[in-house]
Amino acid sequence: MKDAFGAPQTLLLLGGTSEIGLATARRLIGRRTRRVYLAGRPSPALDQAARELRALGAEAMVVGFDALDPDTHEEVLGKVFAEGDIDAVLLAFGVLGDQAHDEQDPAAAVRVARTNYAGAVSAALVCGSALQRQGHGSLVVLSSVAGERARRSNFIYGSSKAGLDAFTQGLGDALHGCGVHVMVVRPGFVRTKMTEGRPEAPLATTPSAVAEAIEAGLRRRSEVVWVPAALRPVMAAIRLMPRPLFRRLPL
Amino acid sequence: MAVRPAPAPASVSGWGRTAPTATRLLRPDSYEAAVAALREAAEGGRGAIARGLGRAYGDAAQNAGGAVLDMTGLDRIHEIDAVNGLVVCDAGVSLHKLMQVLLPLGWFVPVTPGTRYVTVGGAIGADIHGKNHHVSGSFSRHVRAIELLTGDGETRLVTPGDDPELFWATAGGMGLTGVILAATVELLPVETSLMRVDTERATDLDDLMARLAATDHRYRYSVAWIDLLARGARTGRAVLTRGDHAPLEALDAKARRDPLAFRPGRLPAPPRIIPEGLLNRATVGLFNELWYRRAPRESRGRLQRLPAFFHPLDGVPEWNRIYGRGGFVQYQFVVGHGQEETLRRIVRRIGACGCPSFLAVLKRFGDGDPGWLSFPLPGWTLALDIPAAMPGLGALLDELDEEVAAAGGRVYLAKDSRLRPDMLARMYPRLDDFRELRARYDPHGTLTSDLARRLAL
Ligand SMILES: Cc1cc2nc3c(=O)[nH]c(=O)nc-3n(C[C@H](O)[C@H](O)[C@H](O)COP(=O)(O)OP(=O)(O)OC[C@H]3O[C@@H](n4cnc5c(N)ncnc54)[C@H](O)[C@@H]3O)c2cc1C
Ligand SMILES: NC(=O)c1ccc[n+]([C@@H]2O[C@H](COP(=O)([O-])OP(=O)(O)OC[C@H]3O[C@@H](n4cnc5c(N)ncnc54)[C@H](OP(=O)(O)O)[C@@H]3O)[C@@H](O)[C@H]2O)c1
Repeated sequence: MKDAFGAPQTLLLLGGTSEIGLATARRLIGRRTRRVYLAGRPSPALDQAARELRALGAEAMVVGFDALDPDTHEEVLGKVFAEGDIDAVLLAFGVLGDQAHDEQDPAAAVRVARTNYAGAVSAALVCGSALQRQGHGSLVVLSSVAGERARRSNFIYGSSKAGLDAFTQGLGDALHGCGVHVMVVRPGFVRTKMTEGRPEAPLATTPSAVAEAIEAGLRRRSEVVWVPAALRPVMAAIRLMPRPLFRRLPL
Repeated sequence: MAVRPAPAPASVSGWGRTAPTATRLLRPDSYEAAVAALREAAEGGRGAIARGLGRAYGDAAQNAGGAVLDMTGLDRIHEIDAVNGLVVCDAGVSLHKLMQVLLPLGWFVPVTPGTRYVTVGGAIGADIHGKNHHVSGSFSRHVRAIELLTGDGETRLVTPGDDPELFWATAGGMGLTGVILAATVELLPVETSLMRVDTERATDLDDLMARLAATDHRYRYSVAWIDLLARGARTGRAVLTRGDHAPLEALDAKARRDPLAFRPGRLPAPPRIIPEGLLNRATVGLFNELWYRRAPRESRGRLQRLPAFFHPLDGVPEWNRIYGRGGFVQYQFVVGHGQEETLRRIVRRIGACGCPSFLAVLKRFGDGDPGWLSFPLPGWTLALDIPAAMPGLGALLDELDEEVAAAGGRVYLAKDSRLRPDMLARMYPRLDDFRELRARYDPHGTLTSDLARRLAL
């Protein structure tokens, strides 16, 4: 169960090697988390992540999970919930894709959409109804500022996050009053392996800053969290910007 | 008989309004309906827990995904023995109702907490204490018998004489040994509904403890309100109020005409929407300052109405909403005699942390109680409210837990919403016996609560 400060005792991390996800897991282990399920595609990195969390004193289990294979989600995630209550689910998987390349390779673009949007829709629905049966728990979904307004340089990824963001808000409304808290997290540029080698955007931040914001959001039962918080007014302005002007921005 | 399943799940939280969860709220209006509700809940797979008036601060009376039995539908007083001072009533009867009915007959409840709006079931479930703990012990000591519906579906008449194990596991057992359906409670005779009260100010914590230790035994009721925001030499300054039920001869001729009148008044509730951060160090500090200055340096024998003495907060319905959406936690711990240094350290730390805490309550407990998970220990208990939104509060309270446990003390489960599970066994040495008994009477674990899940009780 979560305590009065929203600190979960059990955590399911979808995208078990995500740097943001693992930074969050480490932070929550510092509070109340004692059991962590790392769900992801089997790899040495996934096993290594579990070992690192065990070294912090948590019980860490690895679960094979592929966002691109939604037919298996019900079974794979169902098994996790059958072992006991999950207090928080963190949906952190995602791919950035390669915009320039993917524009020429529709199949690759579809992979981005299938991972970030369709895979997340499936996993979030499975987890959402399991949380609803428990009558408690938080579903935290990593969206992105890229979904706020699609940019020329990044609209394949951006549109997948826009869809995920809208979907998650709707799911939050559907689960309202069912004891389930759904939270959308919209980070800006975060320095992780996903963004490695790319030019930093203004207000760039770190996985541990995102983790801190997630912990605070759990405490406040927030529905939307921006990281850093200053992005909220910035993006509000960008959303209102006329198209011709927006198009000319070096984004 | 009717078990009315709520059509949609209800969101339920404790008095502190933190960590709400969804449950099926059932409101049995007969014992048969309670038995049926428990049976139905057992089939649902996520169990059930009894709930009284929801005055526990944390998650004791909620049960995510399962059933919560709202016991306030069982609110009949069955029998009053006005000669020997005994009442037999349903567990959902509130202490407020008991006072209304019993005071005109010259009887009072044996123990009352800081609010009248608790049920008899909740009073036994948390084995509550009052301002008279140093004289009378906790509530369950005055309970002669309970009617208990255990997790296996049996209804049992349990007395401390015939079945001390089940009785003392249930007293303070937070509803986890069964659903209390009815109880027989011993009463206290009173001549009037007024209190005769002595008030004095203590300049700091040591002055306060010295006064309590020296003269508490002269009073049936004793409590101190302490200002945790005062720092430096004034750390722990407090107002002591102590007294007893006023005898008839203390009343003037006019009051003697209706000496047992009980007319509690209530103010309007606070507005629905409370600005965030209304309670900050400045506003609360000002309140505490005024409170301290308003109290007489010393006054003796002043007559006070019963609600003003016992339940000042009950005058404002739903006062818990002033903490806003984030809710609040109450931290209440006890440390034994001889552990005064721990108490001093904790008071200093709370003063230094900047938490906007309203007047806290300090009380000197008498002997410990026989309940396996009863809270009181002979020593000092301090209770304070803090807004849950305060950053870093979780970590601070964890550190205070360490101090408390190291001093052989404990925190009160009826107030708890955040204890770390491994602390529980350190604080409650009979935890294993409790678990073993629960396994015996409730092999399928039908009785469970969010508190039980959080602390692996
Ligand atoms: C303003 C205020 C002041 C307070 N002051 C004090 C004080 O001075 N001393 C003190 O000891 N406490 C104090 N409390 C706490 C309060 O007395 C306890 O939490 C009490 O248990 C609340 O009773 P309730 O009927 O509201 O029960 P709930 O809060 O609904 O439930 C509390 C516990 O009792 C169990 N329970 C309730 N009914 C039954 C039943 N029929 N059968 C089995 N289990 C049952 C529940 O499962 C739960 O574990 C105070 C609370 C408030 C809000
Ligand atoms: N970094 C940023 O700047 C930034 C900004 C805003 C939002 N976000 C979002 O935040 C989340 C976490 O990002 P991050 O920076 O932590 O990235 P990361 O370290 O690259 O992690 C991405 C994770 O997604 C997993 N994944 C990818 N495809 C998958 C699939 N088909 N099935 C299962 N797992 C799959 C990866 O697992 P493998 O190890 O198997 O590849 C990895 O665990 C992502 O949703 C991302 O879009 C990131």
